[in-house]
Amino acid sequence: MQDLNVKSTTYEDGVIRQFSIMAVVWGVVGMLVGVIIAAQLVWPELNLGLPWTSFGRLRPLHTNAVIFAFGGCTLFATSYYVVQRTCQTKLFMPKLASFTFWAWQLVILSAAVSLPLGFTQGKEYAELEWPIDLLIAVTWVCYAVVFFGTVGTRKVKHIYVANWFFGAFIITVALLHIVNSAAIPAGFMKSYSAYAGVQDAMVQWWYGHNAVGFFLTAGFLGIMYYFVPKQAGRPVYSYSLSIVHFWALIFTYMWAGPHHLHYTALPDWTQSLGMVFSLVLLAPSWGGMINGIMTMSGAWHKLRTDPILRFMIVSLSFYGMSTFEGPMMAIKTVNSLSHYTDWTVGHVHSGALGWVGLVSMGAIYFMIPRLFGQKQMHSIKAIELHFWLATIGIVLYISALWISGVMEGLMWRAINTDGTLTYTFVESVKAKHPYYIIRLLGGLLYLSGMTIMLWNVIKTATNGKAAIATIPPVAAHA
Amino acid sequence: MDINSLRILTTVFSFIVFIGIIVWVWRHRNTSDFKDAANLPFKDD
Repeated sequence: MQDLNVKSTTYEDGVIRQFSIMAVVWGVVGMLVGVIIAAQLVWPELNLGLPWTSFGRLRPLHTNAVIFAFGGCTLFATSYYVVQRTCQTKLFMPKLASFTFWAWQLVILSAAVSLPLGFTQGKEYAELEWPIDLLIAVTWVCYAVVFFGTVGTRKVKHIYVANWFFGAFIITVALLHIVNSAAIPAGFMKSYSAYAGVQDAMVQWWYGHNAVGFFLTAGFLGIMYYFVPKQAGRPVYSYSLSIVHFWALIFTYMWAGPHHLHYTALPDWTQSLGMVFSLVLLAPSWGGMINGIMTMSGAWHKLRTDPILRFMIVSLSFYGMSTFEGPMMAIKTVNSLSHYTDWTVGHVHSGALGWVGLVSMGAIYFMIPRLFGQKQMHSIKAIELHFWLATIGIVLYISALWISGVMEGLMWRAINTDGTLTYTFVESVKAKHPYYIIRLLGGLLYLSGMTIMLWNVIKTATNGKAAIATIPPVAAHA
Repeated sequence: MDINSLRILTTVFSFIVFIGIIVWVWRHRNTSDFKDAANLPFKDD
């Protein structure tokens, strides 16, 4: 009887421990593959002349590992952590939550095997073949049941804003994944898209940009709205702004995808629509960033001593930077220079390494000691070191690719007075070589920070033991 | 009804809903509801 009582008044944290540890492990793996392919761009012989280690196969492995393995595990862990604590109740159907962990790891392993073997649907960020797509769909539906079931059985009146963002992320990713992965199977691990021509391209970039908007933004905004107030020790700057932020983001993000298809066969009006909505997106993005950063007002001094808070606030600065840069790059005339160049790659990494990476690391550093019954991480000095390695790495990475991207864009469009091209394509490739070395160095720094984090997390976990967190009795205010 | 009319109506309706949300939030900005909600992360402490 006593046991039963304890069970119903404690949070379901086992699955969160599993997802948090694996997020860090997959982070190291995914970033390592990124460093390898960055090195291949500097020294092409590093593909070893083998099909399995060629750039074209390892690049999707890198993107899938960092987005869906590192980012995905982080989102599962943080959403399960936040939804229980802000709903004052334990996870709905804990066994199903545990299933989402094992199924998601199976998805990741299938990707790690099938991508180097060359199985691909050829759609960016949706490369995985149909049997894996089915497993993803099943896992995602179970995730939705656990998450919304927990929200539905909450013991408090309100649904905290972080849960709105997590909820939108879960629903939208289900929709995006199912629509874009629709395909006609042509044997095991081979399929053809259900769409053709420019419709296929539009569906793909409707998916692709909303993967950025909902997987890599809405989900991580959920993280921001819980962990920044917690770490700063004060409620979010403006709850009203957070509601407007949420709905503004929801109403605009869905339309921004066509900016990936400027000057293509896509109808001109669709391109312009995508451009305008991308510009409008600046408002909600900056509203959210300001809301996060202003949560610090009156507590700025904490940044001096707290490296975890620094991860979160610098992350928000990169969020602000990349959500300013994005709308600018969506303007057609700017896009005519930036598209297909390294500028795009630099932009993505300022968002991915800067915003998504740093806020994830901050949240994991917050959760790990609490999940393993420790006061704090094993080494605060190591967090400090990680912060500087990561920040310097990002700055090197994105500034190198800004220069090489703008440079190659200008070289491609340069023409002589008689109308012939000033540069051959290979001359632009040659000119980028030094910047690729700097980019590799930036990536190496970022990876080394992540490796230090893995050591720190393992130390903290093995020093402590699985902590049992009790649900506080609900005050009779609702 | 023409499909394009339906599309236009959906867009206009969404816009009105969004304006409605802003008005609703503005009128509730100082209520204890928002304050309680904003303090939910600290119920554990």
